[in-house]
Amino acid sequence: MESRKAFWDGVRAEFPLLVGVFPFGMIYGALALNAGLSVPASQLMSSIVFGGSSQFVTAQLVHEAAPELVIILTIAVVNLRHMLYSASLAPYLKDLSLKWKVLLSYLLTDEAYAPSILKYEKEGITPTSHWFLLGAGFSLWFIWQISTALGVFLGKAIPESWHLDFALPLTFIAMVVPILKNRPMVAAALSAGVVALLAFSLPFKLGLILAALTGIAVGTFMEGRQ
Amino acid sequence: MNIWLIMLAGGLITFGMRFSLIYLFGKFQIPETMRRALHYVPPAVLSAIIFPELLYQTDKIDLSLGNTRLIAGIIATLVAWYTKNTLLTILAGMIALVILQLL
Repeated sequence: MESRKAFWDGVRAEFPLLVGVFPFGMIYGALALNAGLSVPASQLMSSIVFGGSSQFVTAQLVHEAAPELVIILTIAVVNLRHMLYSASLAPYLKDLSLKWKVLLSYLLTDEAYAPSILKYEKEGITPTSHWFLLGAGFSLWFIWQISTALGVFLGKAIPESWHLDFALPLTFIAMVVPILKNRPMVAAALSAGVVALLAFSLPFKLGLILAALTGIAVGTFMEGRQ
Repeated sequence: MNIWLIMLAGGLITFGMRFSLIYLFGKFQIPETMRRALHYVPPAVLSAIIFPELLYQTDKIDLSLGNTRLIAGIIATLVAWYTKNTLLTILAGMIALVILQLL
């Protein structure tokens, strides 16, 4: 029963992110079809690759008839940031069975990572806390499949003027502000934010990776000086 | 061009990266400095996502009062700071954005 509660806590924590992700899934589905992918390919990319930004880029590159190897490498670079999430969550998942590690790794997206790591850092882990990550990750996966399907079959049916996509940065704001409790944390966040702006025009989300690494370095350095 | 080959290879690589350190850190000890550094992944990554979302509008940095997402984001940040409440933060930001768009 503890595990069921942890699962639903994960789903609840994920909920605002689901609202923000839904329009993205629909836009992806519509865009992939427009780019010339078949219906099954557009739909199954959402479960085979399961990474929003990399799916958008793939659809675009397929449309431009880029070479296969270029597209595959691009997917790899765009999704490189997941290695950071993998490292960050690893200490909390190290005692799980291989089956669980495989399942949770498959479900490890930006949106599943954020609420889960904050929960684990704040409350530590219990024998059932991996169910929280499963709840967050699975609900996102489920909504991503549904919204892709709606995008494929209906096109972009949600008007842009609703601004539902804005729920994503807002949720991340709600998550990051409470953890800014000391100067190294604030310095990590601010330096990462500034570098993300300066490096935004770099391709393949490299700006995000550069920004994250800068923030991590600055935070660690500040902590060392205290 | 074989779309299925692209998707399978891309999917395998993506899974491999997600799985990589979760798997390796189960086998080896994480060095202490690295463990400390990893604490800064959440604030660094989250701000690196948030800043461009608020400040980059139509492919350039927009620091003006006309950037409604920036103003709504600042309002949401203040609400988050004082209430520490996720739902209130999101509601405040969404409502602020809708009102600002109407002005």
